[in-house]
Amino acid sequence: MTSTLPHSAGVSADVRLGPLRPPGDTTGLFGVFQRRYLLKLLVRKELRVRYQGSLLGVAWSYVKPLIRFLTYVLVIGYVIGLHKLPGYPLHVFSAMIVVTFFTETLGAGTKSVVKNKSLVRKMNVPREMFPVASLLVTIYHALPQYLILFIGCLIADWRFSATAIAAGLLSFAILVTFSLAVSLAFSALNVWFRDFQNFVETITHLVMWSVPMIYTFQMIASRTHGNWIEQAYLANPIVEAVVLAQRCFWVPTLPPDTPEALLPAHLFERGLITLAVSIALIAVAQRLFTRLEVKFAEHLL
Amino acid sequence: MVDTVVLDHATKAFALRETHTLKRRMVAMARGQQVTRRFLAVNDVSFSIEEGDAVALMGLNGSGKSTLLKLISGVLRPDGGSVLTRGRIAGLIEVTAGFHTQLTGRENIYLNAAILGMSEPEINRKFDSLVDFSGIEEFLDQPVGNYSSGMFARLGFAIAVTADSDVFIIDEVLAVGDPPFKKKCMKRIREIRDEGRTIVFVSHNTTQVKRICTRAVVLEKGCLTYHGDVDGAIKHLEYDQNDDDADGEGGEL
Repeated sequence: MTSTLPHSAGVSADVRLGPLRPPGDTTGLFGVFQRRYLLKLLVRKELRVRYQGSLLGVAWSYVKPLIRFLTYVLVIGYVIGLHKLPGYPLHVFSAMIVVTFFTETLGAGTKSVVKNKSLVRKMNVPREMFPVASLLVTIYHALPQYLILFIGCLIADWRFSATAIAAGLLSFAILVTFSLAVSLAFSALNVWFRDFQNFVETITHLVMWSVPMIYTFQMIASRTHGNWIEQAYLANPIVEAVVLAQRCFWVPTLPPDTPEALLPAHLFERGLITLAVSIALIAVAQRLFTRLEVKFAEHLL
Repeated sequence: MVDTVVLDHATKAFALRETHTLKRRMVAMARGQQVTRRFLAVNDVSFSIEEGDAVALMGLNGSGKSTLLKLISGVLRPDGGSVLTRGRIAGLIEVTAGFHTQLTGRENIYLNAAILGMSEPEINRKFDSLVDFSGIEEFLDQPVGNYSSGMFARLGFAIAVTADSDVFIIDEVLAVGDPPFKKKCMKRIREIRDEGRTIVFVSHNTTQVKRICTRAVVLEKGCLTYHGDVDGAIKHLEYDQNDDDADGEGGEL
């Protein structure tokens, strides 16, 4: 070398530039949270862009669930006769928020890596960024829905209790962790097989019917009497998040003399186990993602 | 002197896949058809670049230069051997990849600078000089979708040359922009070199290469066939036998 470098004198290269390392090395989800500023900008971009050029704009986030809610309550409630269940609208709404949260995270998350392919192919950013950003966008849209639900609860004489709050928090924690795990895995798999986008539509449909939203859990329990079908039904993390949300929002509005067992037994034990499983699933999904990510750039044409 | 880029028998193969859905893949496998073909884009390449070096990466189209740059930038990972780097890597490579046409110039500056690893205070500090370099102040609050292609590229360049980096990569991008802007870019690249940052420069323009680089690496069909001074590389590629500086901007620099 012939040139002398003005800024290199005295300090070791390891300190100044860091050690020699593979340039594409990532620290996965940790890397995402190390770059919170970029994450914030990506979320903001997504929020700006999602409804741009549409007449109702962000109102769509409320109009769509509202229409669905009214269909369930009016058609299923009054036509089929479930409206006799006390607080049926709150039973539906508290479940619907959970289901919508999961399906929206999954839908947007699954497409997130493919949608950002120009970045994935050309720039070195932590790719977990994209499903995480989708999750944050969903949370941003869900919070006002929770607020509306809570106002509905107050109108229906919701009674405060620490148990209700704990159930709500546990429900949300399960929802966030499980949604993140599934969308992280699916976003990576979707790079390989675009079929996953269609698969997700099917899941969306199944989830709606596989949780006690339109029908009650009692209707399941009265037919299964705790047999393996009921156990399998309850093993679904989304069911767990739904019944905990109902414990938080719906149960405290019921008359105090309502019989027990409207919801599954051992609610909190099951909830905590589900949360632990969901966190473990994030680790599994991260491993899968890291493994597939190596070839993302060349699979996205 | 320390190495900032070290390639050790780096190899990158692409699997050219014939099937992109699970069903077609299953069908092909059931019939015993080949699902993929392998293509070696970078084949057993070893060299290292010291801090402050300006190295030209030369070769004909399709020789593996861009793949090699992507291995260095970390977008692609080698299938064999290793690629190691030190410090932050950025440069004039795919400068508009992160642009979003519905966002304004200002929003795109923040987003793309953050993609390049800049922090919020760093962007705020450099914002004015960045805008000044791009020459698009007037249109800063317009969606970049409305920009002309020249403005679009200039904004991308301005963000890229503003980001701090230890290894600066330049991929045949100096073909865009008008002559005054090109001149401004070359001046900025020379400043970057004089700051002692490592430069990897891909170009067919021998005049530009001679002005920036001290060494050259030549790739042919993915293999390294020459490693030495720039004049030798030009001879090796027989680039000196024709007039490749037809657009003439090299002479003005």
